[in-house]
Amino acid sequence: MRIIVCVKPVPDPRHWNRMSLHPTLKVLVREGIPNVVNPLDRHALEEALRIRERYGGEVMILSMAPLFSLSILREALAMGADRAVLLSDKAFAGSDTLATSHILSEAVKRIGPFDLILCGNQTIDGWTGHVGPQLSEFLGIEGISFVKMIEGFHFEEDGTAKAIVRKKTEGGYVRIEARLPLLLSVVKEINTPRYVTFSGILEAERKEIQVMSASDLRIDPSQVGLAGSPTKMADLFMPEVKRRREVVQEKPEMASKLIFEKIRQRGLI
Amino acid sequence: MDFKLSEREELLRKTVREFAEREIAPRMEAMEETGEFPVDLLKKMGEIGILGVITPPEYGGVGLGNLARIIILEELGRVCPAIPMALQVHHMATHALSAFANEEQKRKYLPPLAKGETMGVVAVTEPSGGSDVAGMKTSARLEGDRYILNGRKCFITNAHASDIWVVIARTGEGGKGLSAFIVERGFPGAKLGRKENKVGLRGAITGELVFQNCEVPKANLLGHEGDGMNIAIRNIVETGRPGMASVALGILNAVLEQAVKFANERILYGKPISSLQMIQSHLADIYADLEISRLLVYRVGWMRDQNIRCDAESALAKQFSCEAAARSARKAIEIHGSYGILREYPVQRLLRDALVTIPAGGTAEVARLVMARQALSLVK
Repeated sequence: MRIIVCVKPVPDPRHWNRMSLHPTLKVLVREGIPNVVNPLDRHALEEALRIRERYGGEVMILSMAPLFSLSILREALAMGADRAVLLSDKAFAGSDTLATSHILSEAVKRIGPFDLILCGNQTIDGWTGHVGPQLSEFLGIEGISFVKMIEGFHFEEDGTAKAIVRKKTEGGYVRIEARLPLLLSVVKEINTPRYVTFSGILEAERKEIQVMSASDLRIDPSQVGLAGSPTKMADLFMPEVKRRREVVQEKPEMASKLIFEKIRQRGLI
Repeated sequence: MDFKLSEREELLRKTVREFAEREIAPRMEAMEETGEFPVDLLKKMGEIGILGVITPPEYGGVGLGNLARIIILEELGRVCPAIPMALQVHHMATHALSAFANEEQKRKYLPPLAKGETMGVVAVTEPSGGSDVAGMKTSARLEGDRYILNGRKCFITNAHASDIWVVIARTGEGGKGLSAFIVERGFPGAKLGRKENKVGLRGAITGELVFQNCEVPKANLLGHEGDGMNIAIRNIVETGRPGMASVALGILNAVLEQAVKFANERILYGKPISSLQMIQSHLADIYADLEISRLLVYRVGWMRDQNIRCDAESALAKQFSCEAAARSARKAIEIHGSYGILREYPVQRLLRDALVTIPAGGTAEVARLVMARQALSLVK
């Protein structure tokens, strides 16, 4: 089975207290914040590795990111992926989710045939959950989001194959059968990602990372970057969290009853 | 000269940090309370490669070398110094075997140690003292195809959690009469003595190994008869002291983080105390101790990896970083004010942990002797 796993470098959540918003540009100031593999993408990679362990095949990492993200891809290779493709070009900067999905889809077409694309359901920085579904649309394949379990695959005699997956819903799941090639966006319940091992780190040093630019992908620059992005940020702000205070001045017994009632009204008990 | 860590070393650090924060941090409380080493973590650490980091790949390890080992111990120590204390002694056992064992012994003992299926110790110190190696009393008498060991080793890290003991014992007179043996915990006459109740590094076990007519097959002699002193010294210089220094380095990382965190959160006179110059002066001292220690310890790792002899450098790194850890932990406690002496704040534990590193693996005085010898040799 040939599996592509989409990976995005995101600012390490452990350092988010050091992150700020640029007051006028309305972008995140990420300077000095180390990047990590988007947490859900690690679950996607773990699932891909488990499928490879069971059915054989190849796991490829696909990422669109600046060149300094090579070390993030190396980490994904150290977890066990076979090779990686990094899409990197100044022209890609400022791409919204639509332009990003377009770029990724063009790369997938050049990487060649595949059976599965696995993505994290959303990234911890943007949190849109758009890229998975948009990528499947661009590629003209089925896409399923919120996947919390891959039950298995059925291989037919005519060479086609189907996957049976569980899509997480509020309070339950939907069982879906879908034909390959297929894109699945996974949630964290799907598995527990493995630790990178030291021997994995050594092996990763010998694995290939291919870097592709806009011209390698023969992409029209007007379709990507800021120019190709219809999404416009209206505003970006840090929500102000304030404690609400209320003073109850009654005799203790009455006060406790009142406080209890207030807590109950808010549905906290 | 290149001070930049490689992508490999950065990735090692990241991996170990994640493991330590996720798997070890939640176990800290229990270790403090019970004084027990979490033996079940060995297997996981073995799978990652932490236990076999300096064991060659042909014997089940990953062979990443000494600088890699130091970075790993430092990261573990940042979260829980007791763990790298235990592992550093485990590494000493793997080093003794990689460097001095014959092929058969390596094939038998190294892979399970590297994978975390067994735990190792090196046992030199006796009740008569650890610094006076040549004065040790534990005896080994050859009888037919086995050696009979009698004596007692104390302050042995990992004692009650371990399976494979590299034991130095006396087969003849004086310093040249010492030999090293590989003793399995299950050998007849191999016994566990008392378990110590330490103030710090509580998750690392310290205790006694007792030999009462302990039967060790002749095939388990490490190297040759008379090699014991050399094995003990090389082991402590090349692995033990850099290892202890790495534990102290881990403590220093934690000390700086705790001190800065508290100084930023604690409000006095309407602003965080980190804006006060008196507090900043403490923070600068801690920062200096951390950075100096790191340079010293990493240099030893690098020298070892280049196969450069580093007796004095190793002693210096050990002595400086362990004393720096204790000194800095005290400063961090002072920054905390009275909060610093409360059990729920980690700085008091970091001081207790740092105090344990000072005599372990060669006292500060012995380290200074080695350094003085080096200093005296520089000018004729």
